[in-house]
Amino acid sequence: MLARSDDPALLLIAPTGGGKTLAGFLPTLVDLATQDHDGMHTLYISPLKALAADIKRNLRTPVDEMNLNIRIEDRTGDTTQTQKRRQRADPPHILLTTPESLALLTSYDDAHRTFKGLKRVVIDEIHALADSKRGDQLFLALARLQTLCPDLKRVGLSATVEDPDAIAHLLARHPDPCEILLADPGPAPDIQMLTTDDPPPWSGNGAKYSIPAVLDQIKQHKTTLIFHNTRAQAEIFFHNLWLANDQSLPIGIHHGSLDRVQRERVEAAMVRGDLRAIVCTGSLDLGIDWGDVDLVIQIGAPKNVKRLVQRIGRANHRYNAPSKALLVPANRFEVVECIAALEAAKEGELDGDPRGPGPRDVLCQHILIAACAGPFDADALFTEMTSAGAYSTLSRADFDACLDFCATGGYALRAYDKWKRLQQRPDGMWQLRDPRSTRAIRMNLGTIQDTDTLKVRLKRSRGGKPLGEIEEAFAATLTPGDTFLIGGQIVRYESLREMTVEVTKRADKKPKIATFSGTKFSTSTKLSQRILRMFQQETWPELPQHTADWLALQRKVSRLPEPGRLLVETFPHDDRAHTVIYGFAGRNAMQTLGLLLTNRMEDAGLNPLGFLATDYATMIWGLDAVRDPAALFDLETLRDGLDTWLAGNAVMKRTFRASATIAGLIERNSPSARKSGRQATFSSDILYDTLHKYDPNHVMMQITREEAMKGLIDFGRIEDMIRRIDGRIDLIENTQITPLAAPLFLEVGRVPVKGLAEEKLLAEEAARLMATAGLTS
Amino acid sequence: MNGCNITLAGAQLTALGSGALWWDAHNLLCVSDLHLGKSERILRRGGAALPPYETRDTLSRLERDLEATGARIVVCLGDSFDDLAAAQSLSETERLWITRLQAGRRWIWIEGNHDPGPIDLGGSHLAELPLPPLIFRHIAQTGKSGEISGHYHPKAQISMRGRSLSRPAFLLDSDRLIMPAYGTYTGGLRSSDEALTRIMRSDATAILTGRTPHQIPMPR
Repeated sequence: MLARSDDPALLLIAPTGGGKTLAGFLPTLVDLATQDHDGMHTLYISPLKALAADIKRNLRTPVDEMNLNIRIEDRTGDTTQTQKRRQRADPPHILLTTPESLALLTSYDDAHRTFKGLKRVVIDEIHALADSKRGDQLFLALARLQTLCPDLKRVGLSATVEDPDAIAHLLARHPDPCEILLADPGPAPDIQMLTTDDPPPWSGNGAKYSIPAVLDQIKQHKTTLIFHNTRAQAEIFFHNLWLANDQSLPIGIHHGSLDRVQRERVEAAMVRGDLRAIVCTGSLDLGIDWGDVDLVIQIGAPKNVKRLVQRIGRANHRYNAPSKALLVPANRFEVVECIAALEAAKEGELDGDPRGPGPRDVLCQHILIAACAGPFDADALFTEMTSAGAYSTLSRADFDACLDFCATGGYALRAYDKWKRLQQRPDGMWQLRDPRSTRAIRMNLGTIQDTDTLKVRLKRSRGGKPLGEIEEAFAATLTPGDTFLIGGQIVRYESLREMTVEVTKRADKKPKIATFSGTKFSTSTKLSQRILRMFQQETWPELPQHTADWLALQRKVSRLPEPGRLLVETFPHDDRAHTVIYGFAGRNAMQTLGLLLTNRMEDAGLNPLGFLATDYATMIWGLDAVRDPAALFDLETLRDGLDTWLAGNAVMKRTFRASATIAGLIERNSPSARKSGRQATFSSDILYDTLHKYDPNHVMMQITREEAMKGLIDFGRIEDMIRRIDGRIDLIENTQITPLAAPLFLEVGRVPVKGLAEEKLLAEEAARLMATAGLTS
Repeated sequence: MNGCNITLAGAQLTALGSGALWWDAHNLLCVSDLHLGKSERILRRGGAALPPYETRDTLSRLERDLEATGARIVVCLGDSFDDLAAAQSLSETERLWITRLQAGRRWIWIEGNHDPGPIDLGGSHLAELPLPPLIFRHIAQTGKSGEISGHYHPKAQISMRGRSLSRPAFLLDSDRLIMPAYGTYTGGLRSSDEALTRIMRSDATAILTGRTPHQIPMPR
């Protein structure tokens, strides 16, 4: 590290627990030990504020031992206003902060004074930021810092990643180079699939069958982390684990929906070594030192090998011991997926789908932040932004469109003639028309999208104990009396009061409503391809017998999907024609494919009634069978269908809300706080509908389309799939359900083909309610 | 015309799916809380530059309702403009449009809390309009009967087999009707909010707007 301390940018890649954070600070400590420094010397950025606090503690020890007079402070959302103000006027030698707090610091007109003399910036866990808008915002802020301090040196610290060059590209001050330093990866991890007496079920995500075996593992180890892919799965598993926990082993739960106090209590208990196991989600993914974890269990297929390897790094947080991990497939298909992931991990093949150029909603927010700091020159800002890797290919036209959007809204049909947000001074510099708007811009800064959530509290006369949060959309489906799981407890929904869900505790064994929605990861492209290759083997000695038999039967009855071809099966069942498309393009893409194909089938008069999508297949049922699948898979027609279908789609509206919030069109927080209920605000769906109707090519609509295409719609993977199969479609017409299709019938998440269906449901329900209430309409 | 027929103080009324109210006996169409010029006001006060199309959207929906009903009297039940300055900054096209809609009709602007003064557009400006057995005013008053008001932007939520939807709604009891907001950029206040449960009697119903309006017991 010391030898490279003069590199303009340096990326250090080392496995978790390699002591890389301290290595990142070494040049700083040496520098500060040998000469006096006025003002800020090093800025440390981490994705989590807890990590910043952690590092402050860890750094204090060597600094005190060396008897150095160095001021180290952190600055996060939790820092007091007084402290923050003082830090701007009198910055510490080392400031530890998060991307959002850094963006906020650069939005003040005294930023040049705050950062005066800054020599180094250290970005920790850079791999966790690289794939997100938080990272895009961070690298734009770095570009800003580099303008303020031209000699600034950048250091990135990353866990093992598949494509170090991609991260180096983001970290570098474009077009300067960024050297990569690879540390010894340490001993290979010991990963296995958990074998149980009972085979996993055909379908489902709960992995309830594995509870006894998992409990057994917990007993054999000191501390076990049990990772789940979604919060809902974690809740259900925790609940079941607790029911089976006859020795009352101390087991905790940790996920992002839980109340902060509860989460902190679990974290503290873990650090003290009081817990034998923690059921958790990605909220524990980042490299905080959790003490003596000696086993990591992943429930459900990891979906993505990179994440698996990073999670496994959580075990045996010591540099020279191999980490130990167990995979628990939740259903029969996931057995195949787990084995494929294991092989990929063994061969060191990490995945991750490449991310395109930086999104423009973040760009818009950055322009507004720049305007908060003072008047700016558009040419200089453009040059500065394109020095950030993610934006190095940004065209001037795209930049100008974003600037116009920030300044005037950029509307085609009717311009605001009197009022603007940004205006150009006679000397050509841009500035905020109304200085008061800085407050709203700062309050809405950041790219993390909390879905609208409601707090959950126990019902008491005076505000009971907070339990956590649930999504507003989930809360809306509850009626008083419904029971659900939160924080491992079953609670009964009582009422909604002032945006808080009031619940009472229940001693029931089973909640009425098991899940609340959460992010569902898609299986990565590389992992899907590996599974397809595995299907081509003659036999499967690496698979448990039950799963190998299942695949062999599928081969006998129909055939197994192949790479470079597309298998389509049709069969009648329950009086309906069923079509299964084994696209292996990941859940989001298969879902989109289902919507597009049912549209096409509707046009072709095949009367589709509904569909269901998983990571590997889409199953459509309807009145008529598909006879010519090739005709359905014409890319151009599918793309046309996409445009029409997208318009009114809920996914588009959700994406619009996220992007419009980041770009500053929708203010989540306003200085005059929420008035009575929701009366003052109106839904972002209305803005989307209005734009769609009057200004469909508005820049915000373009951004929404771009974001949706790579996110929830994932059309890119459909295009890749269609290109890969290049017309090679195998239609197998069966007389009954095939082995590979059978588990699909047990999956949840059937999507009815809508139309007037909702109106019909509504009419029925309204009539029923009126009748029950003894009213006549 | 898709509507839900209701009776208030003996008057036969139709709650339209669009959120407008039709009184056939008087050839009268009533709309509430248009909030024209809202985007302009938000930007003027240092907020975001929202798509400035809500006025034309609201007016074109109003135009459709006027054509469908052939109304002779139009009552705008207050908060027709997001504020008085917004009323003055309507574009020339929008002013002409309103004038065109007013032609051949009696047009009444009831004052609301957002637009508490005269506007330089045609039509009469009134604090309230008594038209027995009914009375039209912006904000509901206690102890009145046959009252039609707006102001609260009520919406009602219904869950059906695991799915739930929430729509702007008319709230009706034996004394009064509270109208949903008609303007494009208007939010809603849940019918279960105390402000509304306090005013409405226990036998109140909610009429959800939409393709076909549906009447349900008012969710509390």
